[in-house]
Amino acid sequence: MSYEIPMGPYHPGLEEPYKLNMICEGETVKDAKLHIGFNFRGIEHLAETRNYIQVIALMERVCGICSFIHTLTLCQAMEKLTGLTPPPRAQYIRVIMGELERLHSHVLWAGIAAKLMGFKTMFMTCFEIREKVMDVLQAISGNRVNYAMNRIGGVNRDIQDPLSILAMVEALENEMTRTIIPIFTTSKTATSRCAGIGVLTTERARSLGVVGPVARASGIGQDLRKEAPYAAYAEMDFSVPVVPDGDVRARLLVRALEIMESCKILRQALAKLPPGEIAPPGDSSKFSFVTGTATARVEAPRGEVMYSVSWKEGARMPSRVHVRTPTYVNMPAVRFMVQGARLADTPLIQAAVDPCYSCTDR
Amino acid sequence: MNLWKRLMCYCRRRSPWLFHLNSGSCNGCDIEIVAALAPRYDAEQLGVRLEGSPRHADILCVTGPVTRNAVCAIKTVYGQVCGPKAVVAIGSCPATTNVFIDSRTLDGPLGKHIPVDVFVPGCPPRPDAIIEGVAKAAQILAERGDEVPEVITAAEVQA
Repeated sequence: MSYEIPMGPYHPGLEEPYKLNMICEGETVKDAKLHIGFNFRGIEHLAETRNYIQVIALMERVCGICSFIHTLTLCQAMEKLTGLTPPPRAQYIRVIMGELERLHSHVLWAGIAAKLMGFKTMFMTCFEIREKVMDVLQAISGNRVNYAMNRIGGVNRDIQDPLSILAMVEALENEMTRTIIPIFTTSKTATSRCAGIGVLTTERARSLGVVGPVARASGIGQDLRKEAPYAAYAEMDFSVPVVPDGDVRARLLVRALEIMESCKILRQALAKLPPGEIAPPGDSSKFSFVTGTATARVEAPRGEVMYSVSWKEGARMPSRVHVRTPTYVNMPAVRFMVQGARLADTPLIQAAVDPCYSCTDR
Repeated sequence: MNLWKRLMCYCRRRSPWLFHLNSGSCNGCDIEIVAALAPRYDAEQLGVRLEGSPRHADILCVTGPVTRNAVCAIKTVYGQVCGPKAVVAIGSCPATTNVFIDSRTLDGPLGKHIPVDVFVPGCPPRPDAIIEGVAKAAQILAERGDEVPEVITAAEVQA
């Protein structure tokens, strides 16, 4: 006889409000139903009532973890409609901020995953290291979370002293290679808890259309930074880690390897930072848009983010802003990951996707 | 105030346990609460602990601009926190609904639904500001003693 166990929406095992109804037989999960919408703030509708300066501040607050990525994607779409191209220095600063955000997001995820494994020491270590990433972000932008770095056609703040930031990044990389990477790749405590649970096969992953680290952990080597380079990614030399196993351990490995790749990109970008302007000259409060719809895609820490922005010529406000976030496509995969899993493993399996419901519900 | 009550006040001030409720926040404040508990800011030195159940907590930390879906949960959880209790509104969202003002899916600010004791402004506030807000709430909790501001009781809302 099967019975239904509700988890959430306000549950200590979940970071954000959403509801997972698990249909169980004994300790084995047979199926799961996901209910979302508890964070629905109507941002897409609000964006239609904000002008081109305000909409950037609004979209920054779609998600507090990947706030830079959201404004970057929006600005890239708006740049297509205004015909502005950011100068090379701004492109490099965007890469640097994007990679720092990926670092802090992956380390945060590692901390939360460690907590769900019952590995509290690792959780504390991850958050200690994350504070060092936050220091670098604060040194560049002046804020810890909502950086307000992007504007149409460039960035708002310059990196005054790339060498000091480079020193901070190198210290960070040493810390990561010394503690986080070995524990998550070799430690028995972490790997034995994760190996073989929440398996998503390559065929299933492809049919569900999952993106980001979840896809890369199932053997699908897709990364927009390589396939459709934006900002200055075309000039960076990095590899895309792909692990074919598809279990939680594979997702852990992919993210650990991505942390190392991010450090590599950061070092290159800071060393090669070209001189020049950070935004196009002229009035920064007046832009003229053409009629049409522009889309932009960016590889966020969780996968592909897409913005579709529609504008009418002469209007101050967008006629439509549509956001497609990675969690929206990754979360249906959880249903297949938990089928046949033990009930006690489900918090870790759903966290391995790195869900972000603020993005998904908006 | 007799000795027993004074001892209770002291204990309440020195061990405020938090329950964190996300009422449609963007994650910014929520992550900063976790950062405040992590080694760098170390809120545990004030006896602060994040609890999984509202029935074990003294202080309710609310983030987010209060979406319509969250209103019922906020009232229920507030009723479930045992008295004396204090409410800390973290971030600009629960205070004013911030950039989401005019949204039709919001029913904020938080003060409309439950009494708020401490507002921590910022988008998001820094972890040190969150710790200061919690410390202030702990002081309020100690001064409040045994009196319970019964606005909504657990019996009135669906548990």
